[in-house]
Amino acid sequence: MSDLRTPLARARGLGSAREGVKHWWAQRLTAIALIPLVVWFAISLVMLSGADYDIARAWIGSPLVMVLLILTIVIGLHHGQLGLQVVIEDYVHGDGWKLALIVAVRFVAVIFGLAAIVAILRIGFGG
Amino acid sequence: MSAANRPVHRPLSPHLQVYRPQLTSVLSILHRATGIALSVGALYLATWVIFAAASPKTYAMFQSFNMSIVGRIVLGGWLFCAFYHLANGIRHLFWDAGYGFELKDAYRSGWIVVAVSAIATVVSWIAGLRLV
Repeated sequence: MSDLRTPLARARGLGSAREGVKHWWAQRLTAIALIPLVVWFAISLVMLSGADYDIARAWIGSPLVMVLLILTIVIGLHHGQLGLQVVIEDYVHGDGWKLALIVAVRFVAVIFGLAAIVAILRIGFGG
Repeated sequence: MSAANRPVHRPLSPHLQVYRPQLTSVLSILHRATGIALSVGALYLATWVIFAAASPKTYAMFQSFNMSIVGRIVLGGWLFCAFYHLANGIRHLFWDAGYGFELKDAYRSGWIVVAVSAIATVVSWIAGLRLV
């Protein structure tokens, strides 16, 4: 079979974008993980839409909900960051702006994710 | 600068001004739009647990916004975006696995996504309004 790639490029397997399928694969894995999590979260959101302070905290702080909620937030933010990166790469043409926006999105995702994890743990372990 | 190096301003495809919308392209654009909306919505929902951890006062503030007309539209809109992106995302995963590329199949799966997300959205809105 004819292949125009050099043997080294074939061995690396990273393609023309030099990052291989890492981004693509991470986007699909997080998507699959989010299928059950989003269904669960959407139902919970509807059930809790009128919940007062005590009910909301009792729900967030129960062990199973803590685990599922942290998974939903972390995987959801990761999936969102990967998706927004593609949108930025498609529509923002200046290299400087492109990089700055991708980094900014990642920072915001990490900050909100960490803050949410700390908040959930604090409610669960009574801070 | 030689002629070969000068940037050529060719028209970009697809030509949106003369492009007749069709189910497949509209759903594709909607997948991106809802994805962007859900990313912002994720920050909003993260704020919900952060405020619940902070104090009863901040939580009450957040809940009173949620109960307002604007808040209801935001939460209801989030639900629609979530159901649509979920259903169409599963459609995308089937494509990734190599299924459903025939035009007939792409339209059929497209209409299934429209129906599923519309039904899930209406059911969740009715349930949400009855519970409050």
